[in-house]
Amino acid sequence: MTNRHPPVNDWATDFDHTDPGWAADPYPIWADLRQRCPVAHSERYGGTWLPVTHELVSEVAYDTEHFTSRSIVVSERRPGPDDLPAPIGLSPPITSDPPYHGIIRKMLLPAFTPGPIAALEPFTRELCRELLAATQGRTALDAATDYAQHIPVRVIVRFLGFPPEDADIFRRFIRQVLEDVDQSADERRETLTELDAYMDAQIAEHAQRPRDDLTSFLLGAEIGGEKLSIGHVRGTMTLLMIAGIDTTWSAIGAALWHLAQHPEDRRRLAAEPALMDTAVEEFLRAYAPVTMARLVAKDFDFHGCPLKEGDWLLLPFPAANRDPDAFEDPDVVRLDRARNRHAAFGLGRHRCLGSNLARMELRVALEEWLARYPDFELADPAAVTWSGGQVRGPRTLPVRIP
Amino acid sequence: MTAGTFRVHVDPDKCQGHNRCYSVSPDLFDLDELGMSSEVGEGLVPADLVGQARLAVDNCPEQAISLTMVRP
Repeated sequence: MTNRHPPVNDWATDFDHTDPGWAADPYPIWADLRQRCPVAHSERYGGTWLPVTHELVSEVAYDTEHFTSRSIVVSERRPGPDDLPAPIGLSPPITSDPPYHGIIRKMLLPAFTPGPIAALEPFTRELCRELLAATQGRTALDAATDYAQHIPVRVIVRFLGFPPEDADIFRRFIRQVLEDVDQSADERRETLTELDAYMDAQIAEHAQRPRDDLTSFLLGAEIGGEKLSIGHVRGTMTLLMIAGIDTTWSAIGAALWHLAQHPEDRRRLAAEPALMDTAVEEFLRAYAPVTMARLVAKDFDFHGCPLKEGDWLLLPFPAANRDPDAFEDPDVVRLDRARNRHAAFGLGRHRCLGSNLARMELRVALEEWLARYPDFELADPAAVTWSGGQVRGPRTLPVRIP
Repeated sequence: MTAGTFRVHVDPDKCQGHNRCYSVSPDLFDLDELGMSSEVGEGLVPADLVGQARLAVDNCPEQAISLTMVRP
C-alpha cells in the first residue's frame, strides 16, 4: 500500500495507523501507550484520537451520544453533510446511528443467524478443498494469496448471488476502498462510482429475476410497509462486500501465520478437533483484524482529552484484546483459553453482523488446511507482509510444506 | 463439583447476539429469529451443566449473562 505520510516519531502525539510500523507489529505500540496515556492524539487526518484499553474502547463503543458512526473509515476525506444523509449513512447499518440503526439492523439479522450460515458451510468446505487440491505437489505456497484470500470473497459473492467469476473484481474494489486511504478525494470518488455502477447492474438483474440470495432478500425487504430505496440496498450490499472479505481473509491468514510458527499448537489442534471452538476464539482475540472508527458528535471532555466535534476516533478492538487488565497473559496464545470475552467483532449495538459467517469460514478454513497440511512452516519470516490501516492481516505469507 | 442449584440469565438489554453462549451451551440458551439469546425455560442449570454455564458467562463479550445460586 502507498504511504505518503512522514514517519511517526512519537506514537502518543503523532500516531498514524497507516504507518508501516503499525502494520508490521502494532502490539508493542499499544502496550507502550497503555502505560503512558490511555488516549493518544494525532493531528493527522485532521485530528484523530486513539484509546488503547479495553475499558475505554468499550466505553466509546457503547456511547452513541458523543460518537457517531456516520463514517467508520478514517481517511483524508471527511464526510460532508450533503453526501451522507443522516441517520442512514452511506452504508447502512454500519454508518447509521440509533434509533434508525436498530430498525434496519433488525431487518438484516435473521439472514446472519447460525441456521442460514450453517447452510453455507458445505459450499465453504468444498471451496477450501478445491483451493488446497490446486496446490497439490507444491512444497512452497503462499497461504495468504493461494488460499485465505479466495475464501471469503467467493463465499460472499455466493451469498449475495453475484456471478462467481466476479470475485477478482471485488478484491480490487476492496483494496481501493479499505487500504488506499491516502487516495485523493477525487480518486476515492472514482472508485466508489465504479462500485456503485457494478451494484446497480446486479440490482437491476436481481429485480428482473429474483432468487434465493441476499440481494433478492434486500430487494424484497420492507421497513414500515415500504421497500428500501435503491440507494439503501446498494449501500448495504457494498457494506456486506467490503466488511465481509478483507476482514475474514485477514483472520484466516493470521491464524495460519501463528500455526506456521508454533508446531506444538499445530499438532495439538490436529490431534484434538474439540479444541477448535476455543482455538478459533483465541485466534480472533490475539489477532483481531478490525479497528473501527467514529466521528466525535459533539465537543466533550473524554477522560481529560478535549474531543471536538468532527474529530476522528479510532476504535482499536485488537488493542482492547491485548489489554492485561482484561485478559490474563494477553500476548500468549492459548488454544484452550476458557475465559475469553474478546471484542474482535466489536461491542454494543454495532456488533459485527457477519460474526457467525466469519467464525464458520475461519473454522472450516483451518480444519481443511490442517487436514491437508498438518505440517508447514514459514518459508521466510521476513517475507511476510501485513496490511495496515483499519484491517490488519497477512497479505503475503510464504510457507514451506515439508 | 459444584454443590447447590444455579440459575443462568441473559440480560436482553445487553445481549447483542454474539452467540457465544449458544455455541458453548445450546442446552442452556436459545436464540430468537434475530439471533438474540435467552436462557432456556426458567434458566435452572442442571448440575452437570454448571461448568458450561460458567463458560457462557466467561465468554460473553457484552457481560450480559449472570449465574446466581438459588439454593445452597
